[in-house]
Amino acid sequence: MADAPREAWITGIGIMSCLGEGLDAHWQGFAEGKRVIDAERFAPFIVHPLAAVDFDKQIPKKGDQRQMEPWQRIGTYAAGLALDSAGVKGDKDLLGRMDMIVAAGGGERDEAVDAAILTALPKAEKRDVFLNERLMNDLRPTLFLAQLSNLLAGNISIVHGVTGSSRTFMGEELAGVDALQITLGRIASGQSDITLIGGSYNGERSDVVMLYEFGGYCLKGEFRPVWERDSQPGFALGSLGAFLVVESRAHAEKRNAKPIARFAAAASGYSNRGKAGAITDELARMWPRVAGALTPGACAVISGATGAAPATAEEKRFLATHAELPVRATGTLVGHGIEPQMVMNVALAALAVNRGKLFPPSGSFERPMDGALRQAVVTGVGHWRGEGLALVEAV
Amino acid sequence: MTSYRDKSGRPVVVVTGMGVVTSLGAGKQDNWQKLVAGTSGISAIKRFSTEGLKTRIAGTVDFVPVDPLTAPALASRLADMAAEEAVAQSAIGAKGRFPGPLFLAVAPVEVEWPQRQEIAKASGANEQVTYTDLIRAASSGKFRHYHERFMFASVADGLAQKYGTEGAPVSLSTACASGASAIQLGFEAIRRGETDAALCVATDGSVNIESLIRFSLLSALSTSNDPPQGASKPFSKNRDGFVMSEGAGALVLESYEAAKARGAKILGVLAGCGELADSFHRTRSSPDGKPIVGCMRNALADAGLTPEAIDYINAHGTSTPENDKMECQCVITVFGEHAKKIPISSTKSMIGHTLSAAGAIEAVVTLMTLEHQRIPPTINYNVPDPAITLDVVPNVARDAKMARAISNSFGFGGQNVSLVLAREPA
Repeated sequence: MADAPREAWITGIGIMSCLGEGLDAHWQGFAEGKRVIDAERFAPFIVHPLAAVDFDKQIPKKGDQRQMEPWQRIGTYAAGLALDSAGVKGDKDLLGRMDMIVAAGGGERDEAVDAAILTALPKAEKRDVFLNERLMNDLRPTLFLAQLSNLLAGNISIVHGVTGSSRTFMGEELAGVDALQITLGRIASGQSDITLIGGSYNGERSDVVMLYEFGGYCLKGEFRPVWERDSQPGFALGSLGAFLVVESRAHAEKRNAKPIARFAAAASGYSNRGKAGAITDELARMWPRVAGALTPGACAVISGATGAAPATAEEKRFLATHAELPVRATGTLVGHGIEPQMVMNVALAALAVNRGKLFPPSGSFERPMDGALRQAVVTGVGHWRGEGLALVEAV
Repeated sequence: MTSYRDKSGRPVVVVTGMGVVTSLGAGKQDNWQKLVAGTSGISAIKRFSTEGLKTRIAGTVDFVPVDPLTAPALASRLADMAAEEAVAQSAIGAKGRFPGPLFLAVAPVEVEWPQRQEIAKASGANEQVTYTDLIRAASSGKFRHYHERFMFASVADGLAQKYGTEGAPVSLSTACASGASAIQLGFEAIRRGETDAALCVATDGSVNIESLIRFSLLSALSTSNDPPQGASKPFSKNRDGFVMSEGAGALVLESYEAAKARGAKILGVLAGCGELADSFHRTRSSPDGKPIVGCMRNALADAGLTPEAIDYINAHGTSTPENDKMECQCVITVFGEHAKKIPISSTKSMIGHTLSAAGAIEAVVTLMTLEHQRIPPTINYNVPDPAITLDVVPNVARDAKMARAISNSFGFGGQNVSLVLAREPA
């Protein structure tokens, strides 16, 4: 018979964004409401650019760095931070049996090659033959490896030696939600003792601005907090990396690792987005599974609201039914990094419950919280598909 | 007495429905007949001009019309065909109400050249086309449908809606091991007791110009273009790379107990899964073979079996010089003396390498092998490689008594998965 579920602890966090790298930089950034945006580079679209990083610190070999595009470098770096934070970096034996679940999209295109080909193609005599020739000659052979979704995990195996298992989930925001839910399920049931989970995103890319602009999802014009974008909905893409080390309590205690927070629950949902109000209903259906036992006065919501329509408005409508809970949408400060967004928010929630207090509001829907923070519910509503909830608690 | 739990007390997981589409045809019956007849599905690429390319062949699925053709659109259609066959065979749930989650192995999705050219044209840029022009055109709202088409989650979304799977569908990639990973995720969910059933699907429709060139630039593809049917020659001395192919495989997994309770026909048992990643190199496996050896050993341990219990291996067998040598060495390490007695064949010799779909297609083929007690051959085996001393079932199918088999999948990026499949215990 199945044993009682095992408790899962977050024992390591590695995060980076426009606010900097690591827990302190993020705590300080949120405390100050630090706004880091770039409205010029992809004007009229707004992005949150990654803070300066010395990649050598986590990816010592230049050869490894050269084999990666920025999204992989960010992820491999953040994974290294998480392993450091958990105190397992370089522990070959442990890393050799550590599981890994990565939430990833696709990698960068070579924008110069695309542009040059598109410029020359209409003038070519035989367009298809010309395209073959140019791709054969102009694509860097190793670029493919920097584009493949599962090669972030591959790079983490190579650079940090995490090899127990390796899985890459895709599917935009849902990838991160699935990764969290399955990680928790595996640890609670004894299928895994320790898992590295996370992802990364380079939001400073024309190809992804184009992709999301097909659907008109990118924030343009004046910057406003995510809750205040009704007149001009959209998300500001953000470059970010977020990894957690999650392990069973028993495994952590055996190696004298300190918990940052308890990873208490996670759930995914899949509303029928063709129906108005479906997101609100789906969150309400999922809520009791994740947030059925909250301590009054000691709990807050770390929202993954992005500013996309109608997702953010519907989430807001749901959260308004829990008016007793103060809300913080982290996307106002760090932007939207798609696949790793939910992991980032679980990390920020873990940080807040660990410090025992909620950071200040950064938008009209958010109100101050004075008391001690013990629990945080994390939301993640995909801009197009999928919903997620998670719960972290102080240990 | 039938036991619904394994030695470790976990639910036994069985397969009650299977579906497959490859360049050989649609459906299990057609594929099986062609596989045991040693038929190749590889042909000259007709979908786009191959002028000036080193590799001009592939195992494309040309009999499934998709318009406009994009990799995710074809992948969706192939996945649907395989899932339909699997779900119909299992007769589980009700129409549009599959009682469990969907795990989908799918290739990364991106905008392709025909669309990129269409957008460039619409941008009205005259002399110099830049991404600024493309973004401007994208913003016009005229290409709204491309947002949905080029979302990674779009392939799973169509399946989840049609089959009414429970909860959020999981899309995943472990490169060439993806299909096996999808099965493993369903397997683990049932073992955790979260569900009694899972729909595990793997699909790939990526034979387009840029994908072909990318693999070609990594020197991974066979350039034996003439005749195309002879190009994929796993374990042969003159093997020179894999052949890109398309297809889909689908399996309905169920807990043995739930399947028996509803009187379902049991097609086979998923006895164990093993996994171990490689940290050696982005495209090459560790020269000591430890990750692959460990992966197969983990699968055997998970199934609670010794190497002697295995009667057949469906090889990863890509036909690249390195993979086949390494796989052979690792099989010898794991199975010792017994290795020479185990037939090992690569059905990629006929189907080609269906990449994200391969692990699931080959799991289906392996279960059909156990069902029919007949081993599909490794075709194009004309020049033996003295370094490969295994029984590769050369060229001709063979009858054999088999109770259990291993199906191997090893991916770029070092992700290795082995599945142990078995017949239903008597």
